[in-house]
This record gives sequence, C-alpha cells and structure tokens, in this order.
Amino acid sequence: MKSNISIQRTTAPIPSPKLKTQRYKRAKVNVQAWLLLLPSLIFLGIFTIYPIIKTIYLSFFHLNLAHHTPEFAGFSNYSELFSNKVFHKVLLNTFLFAIGTVPTSMALGLGMAIFVNKAIKAKGWVRTLFFYPVVIPMIAVANFWLFIYTPNYGLLDKFLHLFGAGAHNWLGDPGKVLPAMMFMMMWKQAGFLMVFYLAGLQNISTELYEAADIDGANAWHKFRKITFPLLMPTTLFVFIISLTNSFKIVDHIVIMTQGGPDNASNLLLYYIYETAFQFLDKGMAATLTVILIVILFVLSVINFISTDRRIHYS
Amino acid sequence: MKKAIRLTVILLMLIWVISGCSSGKTDGDGKKDGKIELTFYYPVDVGGPLTKIIEGYAAEFNKENPDIVVKPVFTGSYEDTMTKTQSAVQGKNPPDVAVLLSTNLYDLIDMDAIIPLDDLIKEHNDQKFVDGFYPAFMANAKTGGKIWSIPFQRSTIVLYYNKDAFKSAGLDPNKPPKTWDELVSYGKKLTKDGKYGVEIPSTDFTYWMFQALALQNGKNLMSEDGTEVYFNTPSNVEALQFFADLGSKYKVSPEGINNWATVPSDFLAGKTAMMYHSTGNLTNVKNKANFDFGVAFLPQKQQYGSPTGGGDFYIFKGISKEKQEAAWKFIKWMTSPERTAQWSIDTGYVATSPAAYETDKMKQYIAEFPQAAVARDQLQYAHAELMTHQNGQIYKLVNDTLQSAIAGKTSPEEALKTIQEKAEEILAPFKK
Amino acid sequence: MQRVLHFCMYLVAIIWGIPLIWAIYTAIRPADQATSLKTDFHFTLNNFIEAWQTAPFGQYYINTILIVCGILIVQLITMTLAAYAFARLRFIGGTIAFLIVLIQIMVPVETLIFPNYMILSQFSLVDTKIGIMLPYFASAFGIFLLRQAFKSIPYELEEAARIDGCNLFQILRHVYLPLAKPTYIAFGLVSVSTHWNDFLWPLIVTSSVENRPLTVGLSIFAKSSETGAQWAEVTAATLIVIFPLLLAFFIFQRQFVDSFLKSGIK
Repeated sequence: MKSNISIQRTTAPIPSPKLKTQRYKRAKVNVQAWLLLLPSLIFLGIFTIYPIIKTIYLSFFHLNLAHHTPEFAGFSNYSELFSNKVFHKVLLNTFLFAIGTVPTSMALGLGMAIFVNKAIKAKGWVRTLFFYPVVIPMIAVANFWLFIYTPNYGLLDKFLHLFGAGAHNWLGDPGKVLPAMMFMMMWKQAGFLMVFYLAGLQNISTELYEAADIDGANAWHKFRKITFPLLMPTTLFVFIISLTNSFKIVDHIVIMTQGGPDNASNLLLYYIYETAFQFLDKGMAATLTVILIVILFVLSVINFISTDRRIHYS
Repeated sequence: MKKAIRLTVILLMLIWVISGCSSGKTDGDGKKDGKIELTFYYPVDVGGPLTKIIEGYAAEFNKENPDIVVKPVFTGSYEDTMTKTQSAVQGKNPPDVAVLLSTNLYDLIDMDAIIPLDDLIKEHNDQKFVDGFYPAFMANAKTGGKIWSIPFQRSTIVLYYNKDAFKSAGLDPNKPPKTWDELVSYGKKLTKDGKYGVEIPSTDFTYWMFQALALQNGKNLMSEDGTEVYFNTPSNVEALQFFADLGSKYKVSPEGINNWATVPSDFLAGKTAMMYHSTGNLTNVKNKANFDFGVAFLPQKQQYGSPTGGGDFYIFKGISKEKQEAAWKFIKWMTSPERTAQWSIDTGYVATSPAAYETDKMKQYIAEFPQAAVARDQLQYAHAELMTHQNGQIYKLVNDTLQSAIAGKTSPEEALKTIQEKAEEILAPFKK
Repeated sequence: MQRVLHFCMYLVAIIWGIPLIWAIYTAIRPADQATSLKTDFHFTLNNFIEAWQTAPFGQYYINTILIVCGILIVQLITMTLAAYAFARLRFIGGTIAFLIVLIQIMVPVETLIFPNYMILSQFSLVDTKIGIMLPYFASAFGIFLLRQAFKSIPYELEEAARIDGCNLFQILRHVYLPLAKPTYIAFGLVSVSTHWNDFLWPLIVTSSVENRPLTVGLSIFAKSSETGAQWAEVTAATLIVIFPLLLAFFIFQRQFVDSFLKSGIK
C-alpha cells in the first residue's frame, strides 16, 4: 500500500477562477479531446457502429437471389430462423463450443501458470511448449490437426492402434467432431491465457503465502483463499478473451469440415459466412449477425455485472 | 491543437496513398501497356500438379497472342471459386473469364454475372465449333434457348478397381462388377484384413455420387428449368438405402462417412480395392499407383448411369467488348480439340469433343492406356448433373441430409422426404 | 500429491509439443511416406521446395508484412491519441465516446465480417490490402490498455514538461511514450500476431494473388492438395508460413512473456 502523503493527480486540474477564461479553457480542452479521439472514432464509427446499425436495418428485409432489390419483410427473417432446424443446431453447437472451451482453457491456463511460476526443472522449455500454439495461425493449427485426426493413418489413430483401439472418424462422426475441435481450440489458447495468469500471480505478494504457511494452511487452502480470489481481475479478463475467441474463431471449420457432417460442427459465425457468401442471402445473413451481436452484448453485460461484485482489491 | 488536425490530415492522406498503391487496378478499358489483360479464375478439385499445367497453357496462349495477357488466378476448390467469384461480382470487380461448375449456371444468371455466348458465336461463325461438343456436356450449358458456357474439364463418375487385389481374392481381374449385386458379392470377397471392398465418397459431392445411384435405378433428379426436384421416389429410396447399406449392412465399405479427398488416398494405399470417383483423378492415380488397376462403368441396377460433372468456361458481364472478344479467343483456344486432348491426357477428365479423340496424340494415348476411354464410353448413359436455382443451398441441403442417412442417423425415406420438402420451399420463389 | 500433479503437467507439455514435432517429421520425409506405417527415415527437403514453387509464398509474405505493419502503425497513432484523451482530459461526451469504444470490445470486428464487407464493396475497396486493414485501424483493446498505462504515470511529470514549454505532442513523445513502452511492446506483439494470423476476413476480401496474405494462400494450397491428401506438402507449406513467427518467438521468448507481465495487465 502506497502512503497517502502525496496526493496523486490523475487528471488535468480544472483551470483557475476567472469565469470567462475558465469557459474558454474548458472549450479548448473539449475540442482538443475530441480531436484526439477523432481518428479512433472515425474508424470505430465506420467499421463497428455503422455496420451494426446497417445490419439491424437489413435484417428486416428480404435480399437474396430471388429478391434482387431489398423487399421489406418485417420480422419474417426472424420467424424463418425460429423454425429453421439448421439454425437451432448451429446455435446449440456455438453454446456447447463456448462451454467446452472457455472453462477448460481457463483452468488449464491457470494450472500452467501456477506450474511455470514455480522453480521447476526446464521451466523455460515447459513455458515454450505451452505457449507456442498461440503464435501459430488457426489455419495452420487446423492443417496439423486435420492430419492428426485423419482416420487410420492420422497420428491419433496410429497411437490408438497400439492399444488395439479401432479406427475412428474423428471429424466425420457427428458425435466426435465438436469435442475434437474443442480440444484443438484448448490446445491453441491455453498458453495465451497462461501468460495473463502469470502476470497476475506475480502481483500477489509472497508475504501472504508466508503468513498462510505460518497458520499451517496446505496448498489447496492457499489456492482457495489467497490465489484464486486475488486473481479475480485476471480471471475476468481471461474469461472475456476466451469467450470472444470461441465466438469469433471459425477458421478451422473452413478447412476441416465446412460445418459438417450434417452441421455437427457448424458455428454461428461460419453459418453467417455460408449464408452471406455461399447462399448469397444477405437479408438472412444480416438477421444472423444481429443475433450474434445480441448474444455477445448480453454475455458482456452479464459478465460485467456478476464479476463486478466479486472483485475485491486489496 | 493545430497539430492534431495536421496529424489527422496526414493520416488520411497516408491511407489514400496506400490504397492507391495497393489496388493495382488497370484503367477503364482494361489495357496494360497496350495489351488486353484477362483475369481468369480457375479451380482444382482433383489430384495432380494442375495449377502448373494451367499456368503453362496460359503462358503458351499469351505467347501465341501477344496482344492479350491471360492472368490465371488459382482460387481453390469449385466451391471456393464460386464463393470468390460471387464476392468479386458483388464487389463490382468481377473476373473476366472463369471456370466454374456447369451447374452454377442458374445462380450466375440470377446474380446477373455472366453474358450469354450466342452473340459471340454468331459474330465469329462458331456454330459448328459449339456443335462439336458432346451433347451430354452441353446439357448443363443451355437454358432459356441460349448458350451460357463452354465445357472445359468434364467428367463422369467411374469405377476404379485394383486388379492385383482382385487376383489375390480369386476374382478375374478383367471382369469388374457390372451390377449392384455383383458389387456387393465382389466387395465381400475383397473385404478382409482391415481392407475394404469399395469406397464411395460421401463428403463434398455427396449429391453427385447419390445421383449416379439414382440414375442407375430410375430417372433424373430435377426438371429442365431448375425449379423442381424429384427426390422423393421409391427408386431413389432404394438407391439411398443401397448407399447406406454398403457400410452398415454389407460391410464392404467403412462405416459412416468417407471423405472425398481420403478415398483416392485409400485406394492408392491399397486400403480399398474399388472406389467410385471422378475420372478427373485418372492421371493422378495412374502416376501414383504401384499396382495394376482398371477403370469401368459404374455398376448398373436398372440401367447404366452417371451424372456428368466438372467445370465450364464463363464470360462475365460488365467487362469491355474488347475483353469479351479476347476471352472468347482464349476459350476457343483452351477447348480446341488439340488442347482438350492434352488436358484430358494430363488429368483424366473426358475430352469434351469427339474431334479431340480423333487427334493423333489421343489415339496413341488410348492405345497405350485404354482406361482413358471408359469415361467417354460411359457418356452414352450420362445425364445432366443436378442443377437448380439457389444451387449452393440446395447442394448443402442434399449433402447434409444424405450424409445423415448414410451415417445411419435417419432412414432413407425420412431423408429424401426432408430433402423434397425443404428443396421445394427454397425453390418456391423461383417458380414464376 | 504434488509430484503426481507435476508429472501430469510435464506430460501435458510433451503432448502440447507433439503436433509441431509430428508436422516437422512429416514434412522432412518423402511425400509417399506420410501416410504409411513404416518408420524408416529418409531425410528430404523436397516437400518444402515443391510447396514454395507451387504457390507464390514470397508474394504472400510481402502482402502479410505490409498488412500487419500498416495496421500496427496506424493503430499506435490512433490509440495513443485516444488513450491520452481518456486518461487525462475531462470533456463533454466523454461517457458516450467511452461507450463507443466499449462496444468494439463487446462486439469484435471479426464478427462483423458481413456488414463490413458490404461497406468495402460500396467504396470499391474489395480485393485491396487497405480494405483488409481499415476495420482494424482503431483498437479498443489498445485504447483500454494504454489508458490504464497512462493513468499510472504520475501527472507531475506532465506538469513539469508543460512548465518547460512543451506542447501536447512533445509531452506525449518525451513523457508518456517512454514510460508506457512495455505496454506498447505487449500491444505490438498481440497486434502483429493477431493480424498475421487473421484468416476469414482476408479470405472474403481478397481474390488476387497480389493481395492475398499467407493464411489465405495456405488454405487454398491445402485445399487443392487435399484432393490427393498430399499431407507432406501441406505440412511443409504450413511450416513455411509459421516459421518466422515461431522463430521470433523462440528467440525473443523471454521478452515476449516479460512484456506481458510488465505491461501491468491485471
């Protein structure tokens, strides 16, 4: 805890008394601030805000190969989706994928960080091995794993053959494909999350652990009462990252399964890609994008509210 | 403060400059250094070093035609190429000429992306040239009384079989199975020691393989104008049941879904004794097989049958008349009997005109390698490939639903009923 | 108990390394051995040569480097200006501006590929490198990160610089930039690796080789080879694509990780 003797300033002080100059200076600061923000806001406006608005607008129209000019459709795109079985599957897959990759990657990242934080043998190597998948593009990851998952002569099946386990069609079996992809995703991002946890761990002062040792706490106690609570801000950050990743990364689907078999590996963003660029149904693609935006928005809000309550700063 | 404004202005100018540099577009009439430049999108969906071959052809054409520069752009699979083309058309930056599936026709017309070729044909007196193609291949190129594309790399599905494997199973290596029943009985003899009798791919082009079985048992799957489909028939149910039974009941195929790309690898590695695949793979198989193999018509049920497949040349709308002329020249050059014979030898695709088979190099090639003639001979039993409006979506619907039947998750009746209903919904807006 | 856990983690580390090692192993053996069960080993670089000659990876490299650098440079400028405004200035509409930035954190650019594509086609920027870069020029993530870093710099330093007669840009240059260097480095690393690896967006934006980045080129190469399932060439091509990043990572590993730690991301 820093001492409170010097009052730390964090914003520019409000200029002094004379009213006219005060207003003039205020105005100057306002203009200055907005000019500084202008470049960022221009791009944010054109490529985030405007697209969201335009998409919401377009979702109320029919615009596809059968309708060359936009034709007002009210909520019919939405009601079509409501009864669209493929959409149901896609939505389910997307949630399953998030549930399957977020907690697992976070837990693994935390485990990796704790492990690497200790003075263990070959610490550098271990850290490298954990982290290197992060710098590889997803498309390369997909190539590697496509080969590993190939039935019969892929690495995984070759390995299982040693134990007499039969040939498995990891990517061709609707029941296996999603878990197979989840594992791949975890492989890719756990190392990234590990680094954030490492930063968080290093900010926890060792005195706390020493005090706990004196009190006779065991490893699990220490983790539960000290480590985990103090890592809450990191956990929040890491949660946002892995959650948005699970929604926005669909590169592997393009290369590995194109959504199949029978949409077992189809995720929402990929479905949007298919609808917009292969079926050329712009109205429907807009509708799907709106749904994705709403989901992300709602998740963020829930996230902020619930973790806001739990963070405590020492 | 002034500096902030200055900075923003510099930033915007920077962006302007970079965008000018990197777009690299040619000027209005598409000429670069006085030459006409043609952007040519093309796919590769079978094995072999085909990008090199295409680039070689383009280089040769450019040499013979010094006022035209063809720029081949490899754009992935057929599906990728169609997606790229769609994006490009929407981005108001279409290619000038492209090879796309012959069945993309309705969608390209719906997008208003291509021009009919009749005017060019009339202008250059090329009716005879166009009539020279096999009618089976022109079937997917015509609609509304107009011709929209020229066949380039066309195929039928053929049966590849491993003669050595036949011998060791006690089968006559010169008598491939001729009927569905023979396919099963041969398959049973060939399925042993972790190897399979036959593999029919069920990803990517599931509808195509199914269409073959359907044609062998009944009639074709769609109407002439692409607004109706006929999936829900008893003969089709039987065909789909057969497809699924190969893996689940007769066990002559691996259970579940077989990948389009892995099936040829399996065949070459000896893991399956027979395979259904495009004749476009023929040269690749010939080069890589270290065993004696044969090619035959697909086994029949009621009759022999196969859909045609493959890609045609299209010319795009919105390009200058000069470019259209240049594109037509390029197309005629690429599909001339000499060239199409060479392409057929290099790949295994069927040469698209009888004249090509009359060329010396083709006659010689067939004399040495009679397997190359099988796909052509099967043409008399070939029919138009499944082609409708909203083609991409229909293909996906059909592929997905067929896959679930082959994987045993739904019954063939269910699957075909679903396809029929959903397809009718999708095609409804196009029925006028 | 601890020993068991440690053992497990070592095992995990080895499992993590397997895909890369397997890929390298496949790529340096003759192509037809990739799918066989034999274990005899003949070293060859043919696959790499084949891959390099079949697709214009050199051009892809240039494109990727241009794109990544272009994005980073502009990002650094926009986020520095914006972060300063948020960190130090009190102004009207601050909350609204902040909310706009927040929206990009909640709805990442990658999910807006469809509407952004339509915008690009309106401005005829499809199939250009600048088209790929534009949506990323403002980085909400960067603004947040830098704002936090700026806030932790004592205001007295800025005051002192003002007294010396520095204007805003000089203050930024002499006070804030040096002190926030770890954050800049961490951000730079994240930005470069994110955009080097970006795939879906450049896939739909580009069609010609002059604008295609490595990821898209690799996927097209892989798709065509897979029709023969030519694994050896595909893994070789993949290794060609990831090699610089891996190399940079292995060499600068400590700095990579350290900069994350120092940047004070909590």
